Amino acid sequence: MGGNGAYVWSAYGITLGVLIWNVWAARSRLKRNLRLAARDGEPEPEGRQPRVSQL
Amino acid sequence: MKLPIWFHRFGSPPYVYGLATALAPWLGGSTLILLLAGGVWGLAVAPPDYLQGEVYRIIYIHPQTAYISMMAYMVMAVAAGIGFIWRIKLAHAVAVSAAPIGASFTFCALVTGAIWGRPTWGTYWEWGDPRLMFELLLLFLYLGYLALRAAFDDRDKADRVSAVLAVVGIVNVPIIHYSVLWWNTLHQGPTISRLDSPAMDTSMLIPFLIMVAGFTTFFFWMLLRRLQAEIVEREHGTRWLQSLVRDGAA
Amino acid sequence: MAFDAVSLIFRRDLRLAFRRPSDWAIPLLFFIAVSAMFPLALSPDRFGAGVGETAVAATEADAEAGGGDAVETGVAGRPLYGLQSLGIAVLWMAALLSSLMGLDRLFLNDVEDGSMEQLMLSPVPFIALVYGKLAAHWLVSGLPLIVLVPVFGLIYQLPLATSLMLAFALLLATPALTVLVAIGAALTVSLRGAAAIIGLLVLPLASPILIFGARATVLALDAESAAGPLYLIASLAMLAVSLGPIAIAAALRVSLE
Repeated sequence: MGGNGAYVWSAYGITLGVLIWNVWAARSRLKRNLRLAARDGEPEPEGRQPRVSQL
Repeated sequence: MKLPIWFHRFGSPPYVYGLATALAPWLGGSTLILLLAGGVWGLAVAPPDYLQGEVYRIIYIHPQTAYISMMAYMVMAVAAGIGFIWRIKLAHAVAVSAAPIGASFTFCALVTGAIWGRPTWGTYWEWGDPRLMFELLLLFLYLGYLALRAAFDDRDKADRVSAVLAVVGIVNVPIIHYSVLWWNTLHQGPTISRLDSPAMDTSMLIPFLIMVAGFTTFFFWMLLRRLQAEIVEREHGTRWLQSLVRDGAA
Repeated sequence: MAFDAVSLIFRRDLRLAFRRPSDWAIPLLFFIAVSAMFPLALSPDRFGAGVGETAVAATEADAEAGGGDAVETGVAGRPLYGLQSLGIAVLWMAALLSSLMGLDRLFLNDVEDGSMEQLMLSPVPFIALVYGKLAAHWLVSGLPLIVLVPVFGLIYQLPLATSLMLAFALLLATPALTVLVAIGAALTVSLRGAAAIIGLLVLPLASPILIFGARATVLALDAESAAGPLYLIASLAMLAVSLGPIAIAAALRVSLE
């Protein structure tokens, strides 16, 4: 890679990380919401906004 | 004005949810193929650059993530605007789904850009460089949109107030895009222009475009998945959702 | 008739502001305090005076031609800071932050006592009334800043021409700042404890103004033409003043739904 390899790999690595995070976050959100919907008594009241940390 | 039936269908949560369920796997599959092909091609197969050597390979991810960061904002702002003007809840759902994806891509664009900048321009970051500043502003707009939403307890109010912010911030996107033309910045000019023939050699252009396509399908794949999650959350207690969940969630 | 209503709102807001001096005085005092106190945090042996004057302990001064920000080396080779460059940065940031402070009273008082709803119901276009409020706010928040700044330029040993350029740039920038701050205020008026979020929203939006304003001032310090950044500030201001109130009106309506 001619000495600059670290740059290329770290850039690709971070991008891959972002992609993976996106997939994981979206998937876990969907699963969680479906699980909550399946339960009749949902713990969160109607219209309650999710916290930012739940991204 | 009589609107076509498909227009009304797009305002219906169960319809859109079903559409997302059907489309998502295809988008996911295409993404995998495109990103894998483009990534391998860009990393291993394409020849090293005359000027930059191997470091240029970041061109196969950085401009794409930057482009997605801007496109995601357009999607978010337009959707929020539609939701605001015509009071279509589903539009707000699209906006809030696009936001985290756009924010992560903006972050990615900034970081990959900084990494690329160090060996090529000698610096990771340049305060006062217009394109960097406005891309950073974009990140703050995304975060501001999400933070503003979170501050409201009433979801409808959150939708509508944050929609105003989203629309206000839309001026930033053309500024980012044209900043390299308007100012003498550290950043290079646009790589691909609609009117001119690209300056890149074909052996580099093809993986470049493959990655553009791959990241685009990725964005819409993620958008659909998040939209599904958002619909499920908003449609709590409705009959269609209950029966969907009882039949085994798709 | 519309103009009568707008001027009525304008004069009413001014009158209210003068009856409550703390409303406009506190942001100004904040500006004064920040601008005046910054030099206290500087070690005298570490800052150079800037362009055209000999630094206190310069030994191998980096003789860069025309550079107002030359990194001179003082005792034991530690760098000296250009007081003038620092001053430019401090004054701009202080102006920005002090305009943030005026946020609360922009709309909150009217919303709380119900007059905002009355204004929305009036036959006069709401946006026109918004303009009236913004104009009054600028008069008591932006204008005093513009007048004060040359005075504080003295503390930072800025030449008069530079201070005046700073004031002029602020003259162009403060309308935009007023609009931006008002957008933040309108979006958060129905929230309790909105202070932190407003900063997150407004400061990034105001950053282009900060960048170009500082740039214009530095160019003036170097005795070069500051036309470029000034034009940019002016166009940002025009953009903000023409489109901003639409967003402000929309945000206020939503907040009061």
